[in-house]
Amino acid sequence: MMGDSEVTGRQGGEPGPYASIAGYERFQLLRGRVRRAALVVGTVFLGWYFLYVGLSAFARDFMARTVVGHVNVALLLGVLQVMSTFALAWAYVAYARRRLDPLAGELR
Amino acid sequence: MIEHHGVALAVFVALIVLTLGITVWARANTRGADDFYAGGRTFSGPQNGIALAGDYMSAASFLGIAGIIALSGYDGFLYSIGFLVAWLLALLLVEMMRNAGRFTMADVLSVRVRRQAPVRRAAVVSTVTVSVFYLLAQMVGAGALVSLLLGIHSGERFLMMSAGTARTVTIVLVGALMIFYVAFGGMKATTWLQIIKTALLLAGSVVLTALVLGRFGFDVSSMLGSAAGSSGQGEAFLRPGLRYGQDVPGDAYRTIVNKLDFISLAAALVLGTVGLPHIVNRFFAVPDGRAARTSVSWAIGLVGAFYLMTLALGFGAAALVGRDAIVAQDPSGNTAVPQLAQAAGEHVGGHLGGDLMLAFIGAVAFATILAVVSGLVLASSTSLAHDYFGQVLMLGRPRESQEVTVARFAAFLVGALAIALAVVCRDLNVAFLVALAFAMAAAANLPAIVLSLFWRRFTSTGVVAGIYGGLVSSLVLVFFSPVVSGKTDPVTGESLSLFPAGVDFHFFPLENPGLVSIPVGFACAVAGSLLGREQPDRERYDDLSVRALTGAGSH
Repeated sequence: MMGDSEVTGRQGGEPGPYASIAGYERFQLLRGRVRRAALVVGTVFLGWYFLYVGLSAFARDFMARTVVGHVNVALLLGVLQVMSTFALAWAYVAYARRRLDPLAGELR
Repeated sequence: MIEHHGVALAVFVALIVLTLGITVWARANTRGADDFYAGGRTFSGPQNGIALAGDYMSAASFLGIAGIIALSGYDGFLYSIGFLVAWLLALLLVEMMRNAGRFTMADVLSVRVRRQAPVRRAAVVSTVTVSVFYLLAQMVGAGALVSLLLGIHSGERFLMMSAGTARTVTIVLVGALMIFYVAFGGMKATTWLQIIKTALLLAGSVVLTALVLGRFGFDVSSMLGSAAGSSGQGEAFLRPGLRYGQDVPGDAYRTIVNKLDFISLAAALVLGTVGLPHIVNRFFAVPDGRAARTSVSWAIGLVGAFYLMTLALGFGAAALVGRDAIVAQDPSGNTAVPQLAQAAGEHVGGHLGGDLMLAFIGAVAFATILAVVSGLVLASSTSLAHDYFGQVLMLGRPRESQEVTVARFAAFLVGALAIALAVVCRDLNVAFLVALAFAMAAAANLPAIVLSLFWRRFTSTGVVAGIYGGLVSSLVLVFFSPVVSGKTDPVTGESLSLFPAGVDFHFFPLENPGLVSIPVGFACAVAGSLLGREQPDRERYDDLSVRALTGAGSH
């Protein structure tokens, strides 16, 4: 196993053996999809999270509104954060299985 | 009191015997570096996901967050959400990191650079710094916690020890166990320890949540109402703002500082997780990138379910135990959950029921502490042995058996350092170190990881500048912040900082440096790449991209 360090542990010497695959059209398709998916999921979850943090810090009257009984908007949005995390994770995994894994398998 | 000491002690001993047995088994099944650092990469996605959740859910989240909710209401939940949402970032990066790396973050960072040594050295410095700070917070907490769980108050004696001695003994015992697990059992023992811990933690939380909700006829709203009523804060208890981002009437500057501090903490939590060394190391304990992705989605499910339950635990403790009783045991609320366990158990099974539940939850907390500190020590020793000894000192050609021996020795060294520091700091308030560790991980490690994987122009100068820039700015800012000096209780005048009252050299107003240090880390990484003389190596970047995205040539 340690013999593999010729590949990752190289100090100078020959550049990466897989570099040429980067020019393949199928690879560029895969890279485009991964980047787009990461950008979309990243923007959505960070935007939604910091919106929630911003509301908690600056829109306290809105967060204090009662929804039902003692449940207020703050609690509802918090639980929604948890649920949206589950949903986004599920959606990303489903997308990766359908659109990314087969392409990666072709190129490997 | 005496009988629950007995039950709790028996449960603790049973847990220790079980985990020591696993360690001995793991020792017999650990042969090479793959076994020691990555558990032979034989864990399945779900198994590793359970272990990831175990690495992540520290005593700070089990007892700490529920305690914050019990005392400050809704704001504790803000903490949980930051901790959970952060995992989406891990989900986006985990597969690429697993594919490109071998055992550590430095492996991922050094695939595309020509001169690995400076990159590896920087990664080791940041890994060990983040781990030791986090470790210190956990160990000092452990000392206080176990004394509280065993019901040793200052002035009382337990097994002929005073409270102070019991604290020191606990720290040394936890430290010794952690060194033993890691040095002998490596990743295999640590993983099984995490799995047991997660199972115990979730079982304990489910039982307790059911007992609490049952008391309110499974009506969440009535539990919230009861919690708000007995908190003395009324409906404000159910809204954000009692603890984080407090409004200070008539002082606009203070108000805005408080709010920025809260945003800074939120940023550190959400961006730091994927840079935590003990989390990153666990990405490599599975056979391939797909299994790594599966482990993160399992971790998201488990961690999310757990944090939802902390709502019931925290608000339940506020309602059923009451603020005064919680503060009387521990002013920071860390004993709220054990107290709730006792109260809930007593309601169902009388005195014995209370003692059993308390012992059970105590054991869960103890297992939680042991598991998390072991994960941290393993991450440090892996980095020291694999990155520094193997790749820097031995130029990437170490004898495998030699490197594993160094790793075992490094575990001992880091563990001993953590014990010594924790004993010295045992009476200080070091809870801020958890948030600091997240901020450092976000500022130093995240830029290096993200830019390595996605930015064509990134160079090794950029990696090194980003890591040191993020690390140093976090440390300097926190040193000159109110957590180290200059914060006093407005009523009593007592010091709330590390230094005693009267010493004040703070000039940075925020308690968490993330809001400044994370952008600094990214800026240093970008500036180092653009301004340094080194040309980016396009070919090696292409090589890394192919490896990371397809899994070609992965270990």
